[in-house]
Amino acid sequence: MSELIAMTGAEAAERVRAGEVDPRELFDAYRERAAADRLNAFTWVADGPPGLRPGAQAPLAGVPVAVKDLFCTEGVPSQAGSKILEGYRPPYTATVVQKLRDAGAPLLGKTNQDEFAMGSSSENSAFGPVLNPWDRARVPGGSSGGSAAAVAAGLAPWAIGTDTGGSIRQPAALCGIVGMKPTYGACSRYGMIAFASSLDQAGPLTRDVTDAALLLAQMVGHDRRDSTSVRFPAPIELPSAEHLRGIRLGVPEELIGGERDGAGIEPGVRKSFEAALRLAEGLGASVEPCRLPHAAHALSAYYLIAPAEASANLARFDGVRYGLRVEGDGDLESMYGATRSAGFGPEVKRRIMLGTYALSSGYYDAYYGTAQKVRTKIADDFRAVFERFDFVVTPTSPWTAFELGAKTDDPLAMYLNDFCTVPMPLAGIPAISIPCGLSDGLPVGFQLAGPAFSESRLLDAAYALERAIGFDGSAARQ
Amino acid sequence: MLDRAAVLHVGRLARLQLNDTEVQRMAAELSKVLEHVEKIRELDLDGVPPTSHVVDVVNALRPDEPEPCLPRDVILEAAPEPVDGGFGVPSPGASGSAHE
Repeated sequence: MSELIAMTGAEAAERVRAGEVDPRELFDAYRERAAADRLNAFTWVADGPPGLRPGAQAPLAGVPVAVKDLFCTEGVPSQAGSKILEGYRPPYTATVVQKLRDAGAPLLGKTNQDEFAMGSSSENSAFGPVLNPWDRARVPGGSSGGSAAAVAAGLAPWAIGTDTGGSIRQPAALCGIVGMKPTYGACSRYGMIAFASSLDQAGPLTRDVTDAALLLAQMVGHDRRDSTSVRFPAPIELPSAEHLRGIRLGVPEELIGGERDGAGIEPGVRKSFEAALRLAEGLGASVEPCRLPHAAHALSAYYLIAPAEASANLARFDGVRYGLRVEGDGDLESMYGATRSAGFGPEVKRRIMLGTYALSSGYYDAYYGTAQKVRTKIADDFRAVFERFDFVVTPTSPWTAFELGAKTDDPLAMYLNDFCTVPMPLAGIPAISIPCGLSDGLPVGFQLAGPAFSESRLLDAAYALERAIGFDGSAARQ
Repeated sequence: MLDRAAVLHVGRLARLQLNDTEVQRMAAELSKVLEHVEKIRELDLDGVPPTSHVVDVVNALRPDEPEPCLPRDVILEAAPEPVDGGFGVPSPGASGSAHE
């Protein structure tokens, strides 16, 4: 394998800055690998090096980035994994993609995903499932599975995705890489094809924690085109911590117990998670149980709130302004129905139905209203815990990567995958997943969550732990 | 919990035409999911305010100054049926009256 591919994003940027690596050569090396992708991780790959000369002094120094399909990119297919947007080339670019480009990271390609980010396995794509580079008979997780697989397999130096209920962290865990969901509002959502607007956040998927910090630092910031985006209080710092002295880690019984709701954590995942806790203690952290009394209900609240918002957001796909149109019986209403029925896949239809039902007259208070109250309780739970603890830690996913097709016939079993990742977006807080080991040859993810805007501290803690764990992901980069 | 009639009703609200197989699957799958999520109704949530947005933001207003937007022909490039500088649609026809 080429020496270029072996470098992390930060290392490559450093070498470019030092004049030791030509950024065009770096771009071409990755472009060739992405174009020869056998994981179905990419839905589009750039033709050649970008016209603009990547400034070697720019923060990202010309190191190219892979971008999840649902980020609008001007003139480039942006299909959100859906047949209803097949061939759609938007006339504008999402803010975070533009910010990365301005910081010196040209677009390498667009990555495959679950349709409209609805899924935990990247099997719900109109463009076929993504394969896990650790074992091609298995899923890479989802919904940002293409981004995760591309980074793990060395088809891209780094990538971005979106996380609504775990869609960055869970695929990062299943592919043995780092994935971070920032605080809600940290990154602009402008140009992200919306799933659930009160939850969606963009974030990095990278080989290590330093790369995550480097990318995220360029992504955050207020955008006048997204009124829910905020001024990030302080610049994201590059992590440097060598120990965890004085850091208090809370292990929430409600998520780790796992017996309730049948989301039981696999023994191999538990073992790897607990070994990482011992390493954290060795670095000086204290590890104690904590309580998030409503966390076990987060999944239920999530699967009412997210589909409800999705049912409203996806009303725009009606065959009028862009995307697919199917004529139906000749009148407007039947065109709407025919277009949407032909254009959406089964999981998207399921969520639209669930959300429409939860918002419908007579059920609104019982479902959507109740879920919003549970959301308040979950945010309160985290606030209380963060008075006594710096971070909450859990396994990212209860399971390692499962076989393709293993859960497609049971939507509820698939949803349970998100058991440990949905509470954080409901509370709007940041969380990061780092690889903490292998179980039967498959990566296990370790999740740390902190209070709103604690990204720099989270990255620092994750960095110290990452060094102690010493995970080697090179086996996935063939 | 969700019978055939309910699935068809929600399908109409969502502008989704579902075939018989889909209706059957939807009834079974959604019922199972609803059975799970309904557990939250057992919680005591009296007096708890709902959360619709997690970050404290006030309505963000900017000066209302006109600025260039995307040209009409660029926008219409993606439209399935551009007509006279606008979006063409089939006639609302007989079913155009709202029935929900």
